[in-house]
Amino acid sequence: MRKIAMAVSLSVFIAFLVATAFLIRPFGYPPSQMDDYIIENAQSETGTNNVVTAVVFDYRGFDTLGEATILFTAVAGVIMLFRRKRRE
Amino acid sequence: MMSKIVRTMSSILSFFIFVYGLYLIMHGHSTPGGGFQGGAVVASGIALLIVALGSHNLHKSLKERHLSILESGGALIFIGLAFGGLATLFFYNFLVGSPIFGHIPPPGPNPGDIWTGGVIPFMNLAVGLKVFAGLSAVLLVMALAISVMEVEE
Repeated sequence: MRKIAMAVSLSVFIAFLVATAFLIRPFGYPPSQMDDYIIENAQSETGTNNVVTAVVFDYRGFDTLGEATILFTAVAGVIMLFRRKRRE
Repeated sequence: MMSKIVRTMSSILSFFIFVYGLYLIMHGHSTPGGGFQGGAVVASGIALLIVALGSHNLHKSLKERHLSILESGGALIFIGLAFGGLATLFFYNFLVGSPIFGHIPPPGPNPGDIWTGGVIPFMNLAVGLKVFAGLSAVLLVMALAISVMEVEE
């Protein structure tokens, strides 16, 4: 019973993936103006030559803040898990 | 703890790994790289030292308590810099055009300038400090736990 349910759900999932792969839009469409804007203006607005860094730390700073929070939470969890008991 | 040859060579090599990680952090706004990558490189130097010297010997000079203080300090610097631009917008780059890291490069390909980027070099430094301290603390704590388990068995 469990195996049948697993097979059915897996086949539905695979059919969904294949259908999505055929229905996906062609690469680069619809064209967006935002990447052109960033490539044009990143050097004059943020003063960095590295546009990737300009996006990560300036245009999408909130995203980097979330990443930093995730790292902080992970490190806090590991240190809490491996802290040494004081038995003596 | 490994043999004397390994210890000597890793002590020499770790210095160059640290310098390379610092280079990646400080040039993050003009060349590929940045805070996350540079911090990971510096933490890999710490991993080399842990493997070569043993976690207990390294723990005498590098405590995970201090590392977590460093990590929290990096996070606080990052959020503080983000709040610094609050007069205009959260995460606004308020140092572009100012005397500190304020040069604006000419558009298009150019030879590059370290004194550009506004607040981005400081943010790279803060994130690099944070990633280095966080990953090193995780590695050190796990290595200490493994060595304690080996002693108890």
